[in-house]
Amino acid sequence: MNDVLKITDLHVSVEGKPILKGVNLTIQKGETHALMGPNGSGKSTLGLVIMGHPKYEVTSGSIELNQIDILEMEADERARAGIFLAFQRPIAIPGVKMADFLRHATSNVRNPNRKEGEDLIAMKDFRKELKSKMGQLKMNTEFARRYVNDGFSGGEQKRAEILQLAMLGPKFAILDETDSGLDADAVKLASQSIAEIGREKMGLLIITHHDKLLESNPPEFAHVMLGGQIVETGGAELAEELYSNGYDRIRTKYPDASADNTAMEESETVGA
Amino acid sequence: MTTTAVTSFNDQGFESFLESRNEPEWLVETRRTAWKQFNQLPWPSQRDEEWMRTDIRMFQLDKFAIPTGNPGNFEIGPGQLSHGVDVGGSSVALNGTPIHSQLDDALASKGVIFGSLAELAKQHPQIVRKFLLQKALSSDIDRFAALHAALWSSGTLLYVPRNVVVDKPLHSYNILGDGGVDFGHHLVILEEGAEATLLSESSSQSESATGLHCGGIELIVGDRANLRFVNLQDWSQKVWHFAHQKALVGRDANLQWTIGALGSRLAKVNQHVALVGERANCQVNGVMFTEGKQHLSYHTLQHHISPDCTSDFLYKSALQDQSRTVWRGMIKVDQPAQKTDGYQRNDNLLLSRTARADSIPGLEIEADDVRCTHGSTSGRVDEELIFYAQCRGYTRREAVRMIVAGFFQQVFDRITIERVRAALGASIARRVREYE
Repeated sequence: MNDVLKITDLHVSVEGKPILKGVNLTIQKGETHALMGPNGSGKSTLGLVIMGHPKYEVTSGSIELNQIDILEMEADERARAGIFLAFQRPIAIPGVKMADFLRHATSNVRNPNRKEGEDLIAMKDFRKELKSKMGQLKMNTEFARRYVNDGFSGGEQKRAEILQLAMLGPKFAILDETDSGLDADAVKLASQSIAEIGREKMGLLIITHHDKLLESNPPEFAHVMLGGQIVETGGAELAEELYSNGYDRIRTKYPDASADNTAMEESETVGA
Repeated sequence: MTTTAVTSFNDQGFESFLESRNEPEWLVETRRTAWKQFNQLPWPSQRDEEWMRTDIRMFQLDKFAIPTGNPGNFEIGPGQLSHGVDVGGSSVALNGTPIHSQLDDALASKGVIFGSLAELAKQHPQIVRKFLLQKALSSDIDRFAALHAALWSSGTLLYVPRNVVVDKPLHSYNILGDGGVDFGHHLVILEEGAEATLLSESSSQSESATGLHCGGIELIVGDRANLRFVNLQDWSQKVWHFAHQKALVGRDANLQWTIGALGSRLAKVNQHVALVGERANCQVNGVMFTEGKQHLSYHTLQHHISPDCTSDFLYKSALQDQSRTVWRGMIKVDQPAQKTDGYQRNDNLLLSRTARADSIPGLEIEADDVRCTHGSTSGRVDEELIFYAQCRGYTRREAVRMIVAGFFQQVFDRITIERVRAALGASIARRVREYE
């Protein structure tokens, strides 16, 4: 059976305020989807909701992985079921070495029934695999001994997220602005890595402002989000159009969603 | 089976304690002086600044008895700090009674003295008499200090002669049975240029064993000497723990002092490092984990007496349930102690809404050319960290354990003895439960 991630009429609120207003999106294994849209449109929220961030309340709709509702699952259960989110702003975990963090994570995700205290994957095999993956990403091996995201530069953080993606090998990966903070070479490297992990082996949802990551990962589908809804879906040419011309056409075409978006953007700015 | 005569904390009990010991006159005299002080001094009360946050009204000395030399009879498990370590000597006491001491011949032949303080006080009076409660601590600090000085019966002496290097760690192990009393005194003397590592730990026979510890630690680190001292207390949560601990660090000498505080119902500890010689250097590491209704109160002093000394102090505590910690720290810099470099920091991680950490740093500086910094933090586990780890397949509980381990890593990174890091890490991991 082909893996499918299916989001149906998803409505989400935070502190009683609606943010997503009926999102529909289906991703099949091997497909790459680009999710674009102006600030405040709800792109990052969608990523966090798919992953199960406790801050967001799903008021209606569903998210199904291979026809199984995942909304009742904790984030760790979703990770073990094969969903991965590369964070826009990865969180630092002081005192925990990258290698130790990843060995535990990899053990849990590869063996979803693993209970706390049971054996981790063998150190020797893990080290070998980590070293090879880090080599592909042109990461210094010293990186594995540093504390998770602690004092990492923007580029290092993003590369560390890609490394985790490579190690965990999910069914579906959401990359939230993984290209921001990376220079052209690093974006190329990240794109190659994604290609090497094997785009055909997973479904990808790439959240981005730019088309840098899309250049080497041309999407089959591009979606435009505005005011908490996906207002338009097209192919790679839509992504190109938005990258070149911005969102003016979209905003004019969907005035209601555009007004919602402006309101959300303003409250985000006020909140920040 | 032997029956233990209950020896109460009164004049009659004190006399029979002295009779049971057969000690030299000088030692008997110091005990009599301290006993007199004990009878004259009041118990501390919450009106005293130092005891404001620590309520000992439930403490009843009468529930316990003076140790009479009968250790009781029970199995001794392996020590947490000595497990898998090639030690150069060991010293064990049960219920305040020394039962076993051993030192490698190679070390003894270099003049190293190690073992039960009570035994060695008789064999080496010229050393013990000069230092015991003479240079660092005294019996009149407060009523607990007097009680300790009058009635100490266990504890370890380590004496290392000039320029002798003790290349294997030494281990001191003190265990309390139910209702047991330990007034142990550790006395460590490193002569000029000597080096040693002493691992000292205390535990209870069982989790439900009640007990009383009223102890003293004196560390005399001579010029150019190097001492690594570890004391880990992992008693049951029904043990009262009162202690005065003080180090004197000589010219160009180094002291690394690591404290692990995991057990006891209530602890009130004064830890004091005096930098007495020029360019003396000390590093103090503290690792605490509290749960249930534990109350741990640590009052620390980094006293800079001479110029060009360094003191670097870091205590980290994680608190679960309704437990509470109090840390009151002071860096005191005397007028002659120019070019002092002093640092103190205390971080607290609250693992429940009902835990409470009081963290009170302090500076008292009389010299004008010094660098002293201090800081303290108290906070809960960041939910965003937990979510991030969950997104990588960690259960919430695994995430919290990992975050707690990471919290302590900064202090573990400073501890240079691998076995100590491992023992503390494992003890903490065992204790962390659900986090809500």
